Amino acid sequence: MIKTLSKQLGEFKKDSLLTPLFMVLEVLMETIIPLLMASIIDDGVEKGDIRHICVVGAGMVVLAAIGLAAGVLGGAYGARASAGLARNLRQAMFENIQTFSFASIDKFSTSSLITRLTTDITNVQNAYQMILRMCVRAPISMICAMAMAFFLSPELACVYLVAVIVLGIILALIMRRATVYFKQAFPKYDDLNASVQENVSGIRVVKAYVREQFETSKFMTASRNIYNIFVKAERQVVITMPLMFGTVFTCILLISWLGAKMIVSSGQTALTTGELTSLLAYCMNILMSLMILSMVFVMVTMSMASAQRIAQVLEEKSELENPADPIFEVPDGSIRFDHVSFRYNETCESPVLNDISLDIRSGETVGIIGGTGSGKTSLVNLISRLYDVSAGAIYVGGHDVRCYDMEALRNQVAVVLQKNVLFSGSVIENLRWGNEHATREECVAACQVCCADEFISKMPDGYDSHVERGGANLSGGQRQRLCIARALLKKPRVLILDDSTSAVDTATDAKIRTALSTQLADTTKIIIAQRVSSVQSADRIIVMDDGAVCGFDTHERLLETNAIYRSVYESQTQGGGDFDENGGED
Amino acid sequence: MPAMNHGPKGPAQRMRPRVRVENPGQLISRLLGYIGRKYLIHCILVVLCIFASVFAMVQSTLFTKTLIDDYISPLLLSSAPDFAPLAAAITRVAVFCAVGILAALLQQQLLVNITQGTLRNLRNDLFSRMQKLPISYFDTHSHGDIMSIYTNDIDTLRQMISQSLPQMLNSGISIVSVLLSMLFLNLPLTFVSLLMIGVMLLCSKKLVGLSGTYFLKQQRDLGTVNGYIEEMMDGQKVIKVFCHEEQATQEFKKLNDQLFDSAYNANRFANIFFPVVIQLGNLSYVVCAIVGGIMALSGFWGFSLGGLVSFLTFNKSLNSPIGQISQQLNSVIMALAGADRIFRLLDEDEEVNDGYVTLVNAKVEADGSITESEHRTGTWAWKHVHQTDGTVDYVPLKGDVTFDHVDFGYVPGKIVLHDISMYATPGQKIAFVGSTGAGKTTITNLINRFYDIQDGKIRYDGININKINKDDLRRSLGMVLQDTHLFTGTVMENIRFGRLDATDEEVIAAAKLANADAFIRRLPQGYQTVLTGDGASLSQGQRQLLSIARAAVADPPVLILDEATSSIDTRTEKIVQDGMDKLMAGRTTFVIAHRLSTIRNSDCIMVLEQGRIIERGSHEQLLEEKGRYYQLYTGNKPSDQTA
Repeated sequence: MIKTLSKQLGEFKKDSLLTPLFMVLEVLMETIIPLLMASIIDDGVEKGDIRHICVVGAGMVVLAAIGLAAGVLGGAYGARASAGLARNLRQAMFENIQTFSFASIDKFSTSSLITRLTTDITNVQNAYQMILRMCVRAPISMICAMAMAFFLSPELACVYLVAVIVLGIILALIMRRATVYFKQAFPKYDDLNASVQENVSGIRVVKAYVREQFETSKFMTASRNIYNIFVKAERQVVITMPLMFGTVFTCILLISWLGAKMIVSSGQTALTTGELTSLLAYCMNILMSLMILSMVFVMVTMSMASAQRIAQVLEEKSELENPADPIFEVPDGSIRFDHVSFRYNETCESPVLNDISLDIRSGETVGIIGGTGSGKTSLVNLISRLYDVSAGAIYVGGHDVRCYDMEALRNQVAVVLQKNVLFSGSVIENLRWGNEHATREECVAACQVCCADEFISKMPDGYDSHVERGGANLSGGQRQRLCIARALLKKPRVLILDDSTSAVDTATDAKIRTALSTQLADTTKIIIAQRVSSVQSADRIIVMDDGAVCGFDTHERLLETNAIYRSVYESQTQGGGDFDENGGED
Repeated sequence: MPAMNHGPKGPAQRMRPRVRVENPGQLISRLLGYIGRKYLIHCILVVLCIFASVFAMVQSTLFTKTLIDDYISPLLLSSAPDFAPLAAAITRVAVFCAVGILAALLQQQLLVNITQGTLRNLRNDLFSRMQKLPISYFDTHSHGDIMSIYTNDIDTLRQMISQSLPQMLNSGISIVSVLLSMLFLNLPLTFVSLLMIGVMLLCSKKLVGLSGTYFLKQQRDLGTVNGYIEEMMDGQKVIKVFCHEEQATQEFKKLNDQLFDSAYNANRFANIFFPVVIQLGNLSYVVCAIVGGIMALSGFWGFSLGGLVSFLTFNKSLNSPIGQISQQLNSVIMALAGADRIFRLLDEDEEVNDGYVTLVNAKVEADGSITESEHRTGTWAWKHVHQTDGTVDYVPLKGDVTFDHVDFGYVPGKIVLHDISMYATPGQKIAFVGSTGAGKTTITNLINRFYDIQDGKIRYDGININKINKDDLRRSLGMVLQDTHLFTGTVMENIRFGRLDATDEEVIAAAKLANADAFIRRLPQGYQTVLTGDGASLSQGQRQLLSIARAAVADPPVLILDEATSSIDTRTEKIVQDGMDKLMAGRTTFVIAHRLSTIRNSDCIMVLEQGRIIERGSHEQLLEEKGRYYQLYTGNKPSDQTA
């Protein structure tokens, strides 16, 4: 995992190496400067030697300047390294996700991908900066101070050694306990935010049932629980500060007492007063460094989980690969399924599609009908190789789909997905997703085919009107029509509409179908629908049930021979159908 | 369909984090006021504790000098050293230190309570305020922005309350006490020191300005990048289908580089802050030593060498608190930007609810008059206290709804519904048909006063709905929305959402009525199955059945239904519609209709087009008219038929 992440350092390797180097330099200055300060007092001020003060002062200014330069550069390089790592990680993840197959997208789920790209990256960035700046600085600072202390008086320095060990153990224990509490607390905190989310999106339901009070009191209970658990967790952590104070005070007093005795009994030979002052000054350095180190440790442990989640995305390889010698041109729109079986996951027991063989002619209009979970969407998703078949083969234009260049295949087999999405931008920008070189006229023509022109031209800025993220400012039917137009601009050999007109009223739906059959005569059209009316005018209709094709014929023949089709048809036409059901039955 | 669709179909304003915090002083005082309101005593104790711990800290640093001057030096000179006075002195300091440690302990524990408690209060206030905001607020603010107030902004405040503020107070006290001691020792030299502090402040101001601007810019860029990530991840499958990976990556690279730039600069300036302040402090030490040395040697102002030593020690101890304050400034800037957004939400106007007609349990006496009852009687009445003379009228709740020349627009000056007049007597069914965007949903949102009308009147049982208490009005209306929202909790709780005092039996009865009972019993824990993530484990049809059951358990006299049943297979659709039919029986119903049978069974069909009712009547009458309804029904233009 560390290897995967460190590979992303790229051009920021230099910064990552320079940061600790400059930090070490800064720490060295930090250790030397107090010595000079002491010298100014002991040899300068005490003896009234103004020359000495000036000389040592000048030296100190030089060292301070070096320290400043080291600190500034270390800070800058550290910032660059961590921000750079974050940038590269984000970029690499985003790029890798672009190569994901549908199967990988399903595996990670959209919301988890978003968290990994946002929160997790930020965590790693902060932790990395801490590691670069503190993980070298704190131990070096501690070692320097400790070394000085031992140099001055090995006996007294032992007090520090004991203090460091004792404090270290106690800190470790506290942090371990606190981590346990925090691990319990964070999921609860996520739950709380989830409940806010739920209320924001469901506010109409809450208001319609006058449940504001009820929801608020529910929220308050949850928020009280959060309060309790966080108070418990933080109480653990905040003990560290007084504990630290206590250790510092104990050390100072202990060394004062022992030091005084030592000086007096030896008559300033074993230890001088000046040395005692310096010893005491190092106390803060040593213990503060230890404390910082423990904090960094906690932060790193907490960001470990984030790093792991990032590595998983980076290490994910798409199982769909472009063939070695790909075909770029789909000759025609014929489609053949040859004993195709498919399961989303190797471990699934029963296949989603089971031994399907079909032959669809180029230019034919084929309807697909069947209940939820019968495998309609899975069937069409295999045609543009969004997933690979588990067994058998699919031929488009006479070639196995696995022989095509994937981009070429997907450009010539256009799918309008069930859950379709528009992006923020103008209408025309959204349309040009289909073909970035499409002229305005081509866009308008495509929109006319699928009855989108009528509402677009009524929008304030026509084709330049702004579309909100996800198409939020359009109605469901309008979104669906735009999505079809976007697919049409690809001028595909095969056009697949996966329940793409469910929110369009039936009359418009019929108009779209008529336009498609007259204007895209050579294109093979596959239409998945819930309404029989949407498919009954198709050349042939596939009836799917439980992952198998149980009928593939014309509307009339199916009515005679296929029991499932007949029952669906009857339930929809005998008063149970849509009121504008007959639209399109000219 | 996202909820946005019910609202004004215009661009939602996004609350972009602004690059500058206005009125930081006002914000801080408001924030402190907010904290103090609940935790005044805690806060006072914390301040006292900080004083105590600073005092202990100063005592322990000063002790080094006392130790050498007052104890070690005399002891060195004496022939028979007596360590008893030293032991006493150390004990005295130890007591101070013990007090300091206890104060620090108390301070930290109190701070945990203050911080977490304030965050809890803020969350609760935010949530209860949010619940009272009018629907239009949610139309104009993106859900992501509202969410980030609860997450990001609250988080930055935690940092500020628990660390930055006490740290700054602590450092401030240290600086002031040290400065006072310095003044006492030597006035002119203190000015030298102050001069250096002035230089530090100047540099700090410059750096804080730079890093602060970049930090806010970083927040904004982070928002942009995250927004882009969310949008692209949501549409990842579409990107693949359209082979748009390259373009998406290019665009992302641009935004990502921008973020890198601001993140780098923000952190760079923040990081160099501390070394700059520390080294300036060292410089100040040297300058003071030289100036002080000259002063002491020339005997100027009776300044002794011993005094200079003390002065330099003080000067050195100024370094770390100034450095600490400088480090906290950035997080304070970020927290204030967050506090600004939090207070903005808290300051939003609540939904107005000044209706004085309330819904009460009623008892019909033998003579037909109505009296109020304390218990649930199953019969309801509107209690109308006339404002002019104080007399009380009871009007039985029947479910009679009248629209009288109603005009409405989401934004003033942009009318989307024109001159709507219609009536429904109790038990009648009114169906709305028309193409998308004709205003069907908008009309239903006016009955329960999600939005207030611009002109005209809507009456419920003869009472202007503006006079009816909103909560009571909504209680008397059942609603089944097109997009169902389920809440985290058991199936039982989700249905009971309709009426909180419903017994388990009543809930099950409602589920049976809605045809939901059968599938609920097949769930792993039946009615006790816990739903999460808006009922993610259920199919669209099952979710719809639950929302019908929710309306059924509320048992309201008037019902608003959105019948659209897209993407449900035929079998489930039949079950859903059957459930809806049973629910509609005997209630005044406004239904956004799609189904032929619903429309045929309606007492009146309203055909809407561009915010106007263009045709009305029964199915047969409308077919006769050969107008828009006929066209929708047959798919033919009337002219085709006559031709």
